[in-house]
Amino acid sequence: MSGGVDSSVAAALLAEQGHDVIGLSMQLYDQSGAQSFGSCCTLDDLHDARRVASALGFPHYILNLERQFADTVIANFVNEYVSGRTPLPCAHCNSELKFSTLVERARGLGAQHVATGHYARVEQTPDGRWLLRRSRDLDKDQSYFLFSLTQDQLARAVFPVGSLTKPAVRAEARRLGLRVADKADSQEICFVPDDDYASFVETRAPSVRSGAIVDTRGETLATHAGVHKFTVGQRKGLGVAAPTPLYVLKIDADSGDVMVGPRSALDRSTFTASRVNWISREAPPGWSAATVQIRHRQRAAPGRVRAIDSGRAELEFDTPQPAVTPGQAAVFYDNDIVVGGGWID
Amino acid sequence: MQRIYLDHNATTPPSPAVIEAVAAVLREELGNPSSLHYFGQRAKALLDGARTDVATLLGADPSDIVFTGGGTEGDNIAVRGIAEALEPSGRRHIVASAIEHEAVLNTLKALSRRGWRCTLLSVDESGIVSPDALRDAIGEDTALVSVMHANNEIGTIQPIVELARIARERRAIFHTDAVQTAGKVPIDVKALGVDLLSISAHKFYGPKGVGALWARRGLRLQPAITGGKQERGRRAGTENVAGIVGMGVAAREALAKMAAESSRIGELRDRLETTILARVPGTARNGARDPRVANTTNLSFDRTEAESLLIALDLEGIAVSTGSACSSGTLEPSHVLKAMGLPAHRTQNSIRFSLGAANTDADVDRVIAVLPGIVEKLRSLTRPAVGSRQ
Repeated sequence: MSGGVDSSVAAALLAEQGHDVIGLSMQLYDQSGAQSFGSCCTLDDLHDARRVASALGFPHYILNLERQFADTVIANFVNEYVSGRTPLPCAHCNSELKFSTLVERARGLGAQHVATGHYARVEQTPDGRWLLRRSRDLDKDQSYFLFSLTQDQLARAVFPVGSLTKPAVRAEARRLGLRVADKADSQEICFVPDDDYASFVETRAPSVRSGAIVDTRGETLATHAGVHKFTVGQRKGLGVAAPTPLYVLKIDADSGDVMVGPRSALDRSTFTASRVNWISREAPPGWSAATVQIRHRQRAAPGRVRAIDSGRAELEFDTPQPAVTPGQAAVFYDNDIVVGGGWID
Repeated sequence: MQRIYLDHNATTPPSPAVIEAVAAVLREELGNPSSLHYFGQRAKALLDGARTDVATLLGADPSDIVFTGGGTEGDNIAVRGIAEALEPSGRRHIVASAIEHEAVLNTLKALSRRGWRCTLLSVDESGIVSPDALRDAIGEDTALVSVMHANNEIGTIQPIVELARIARERRAIFHTDAVQTAGKVPIDVKALGVDLLSISAHKFYGPKGVGALWARRGLRLQPAITGGKQERGRRAGTENVAGIVGMGVAAREALAKMAAESSRIGELRDRLETTILARVPGTARNGARDPRVANTTNLSFDRTEAESLLIALDLEGIAVSTGSACSSGTLEPSHVLKAMGLPAHRTQNSIRFSLGAANTDADVDRVIAVLPGIVEKLRSLTRPAVGSRQ
């Protein structure tokens, strides 16, 4: 329970249905107030979660997962930026905290399932496999962030708001008399203050690689203070004057080169992904048709996917797509069913 | 569910007599003790009665008792009041133990930002401050020494008589936070030889939000709260009459029952402690067995997240703590166990059981019956990041 409306309603609906509910909130960073941190899971949010539990009459506890959060999500976040990649911390938080540490803790307390406020659906097939599907609210769908869940994790996951739209969730919150009914949605990346990723990385990385901004022929156009300040597809803040807009095409953390070029050069048809999770069955041999989503809040585009060596997959779009960004997830769907996903190389 | 409360070092339930006394004041006594009329005089008389009861609990003279808003406020008035009074003398050094309550530790942090030098005395595994450590730390410029009477997390009683003597020899003021001993062990401020002693009513079955500070007659203490002349100018503001009356009743009851209760509760505690240590493998007691307040035991459970153990016990109706109750309701590794030099698997996996008046043999039986199974289950299911000695 983050203290937001989605997880509050998720817990409240289960309690109302007569389930034996235990509310758990994760404290993810130091709340002593000396340092300003993120925008989600603050002390106020944790108190909101507590008040929801208290209003509905089930117990609520705050788990201190600061160390685990720092060791997994934040370490990965910093490391990815330093490596010239663009991290996706919410997906790591799901697979490494919510559906691992939190699930383990919950099992220790005798809980059969762990429910969250995610907009996604879990279903079991007649032959016993667990399917992950998109939310009914496609604007809010979070299945993209959940692609790395295993069958065991899905078997224990419950998403009570996954079949609802956001307005319906807010309406439920009002019906239940929850004071969080009109609370604003949280930021996508909760732990970075003021959206200032660069400073966040700089204070935590041992060193950052500075280098040159180069064009597609390798000519230096300018210098820059660190590869962590760039993401593929970025147009603003390049510090280069050019007659036509330039976009970041490629980041090489070893040399420090950030390659820029015109919008048309961003498009790609084929790419690979690593640590691929085929959610409900073994990877099929050869190519399968799929729609492929390469970032949150972006429509999946038609294409195909096939497994290649050592947990990797090759993906191909029917029509080239802009800004295939290393570090983000490539999640492939069969209609609204998540077939699998991996990390873009 | 039958609930068992084993967190009396956090707070105790007010006794029926306390509740009745507080309610009676709220119902029947409307006066402000500073008012000169009939109603004011009645309220003033109630304060005087409570002051005598609290003074008797401490072996003190009633006129040296200042009623406060609780233990934290008493610690603040004492430490800040002495610091401010002695600042012009140029003595700007304070010594305290590293296992003090946050009420003292964070007040020292605030003073060190104002240029005070603070020395924290570390302790060994016994959790008892060594007089030699104080002798080494104290200097010509030491204005104040503050060492708690008993520690809230592990219950160890500190050698206050000896520590206060050392401070006196070096002309330093000595304060003790006696929040965890008041009502549990006999206290005589003169025999202890301290200059200041703070206590809190809700730790001995009185109401929350009221406490007392005893200050040696003639001690110069700058008021931390300024306003009217209440409490001889040391704590301005209209007195919490109902709370103070409740504290007086609690003090009287505690004194009358102290010997019998501490031996009864001590037996329960000892049985709880020895049985857990014997039946649950990978457990250890934190801090010395003696001298300790009779109601407290602090145990570490290897390979068991204290957080999960606390929650699992709470879901079984058994309320314990992982050290000091924290305002955010979350769990930090204990600064007390860290100061004792204990390794991470001990500091992060510790549970405090603190017993009290309502606890019975049946409560101890129940804990002993459910705890080993819970620990075993947690150990089999969880994968603690910290806690393995393997």
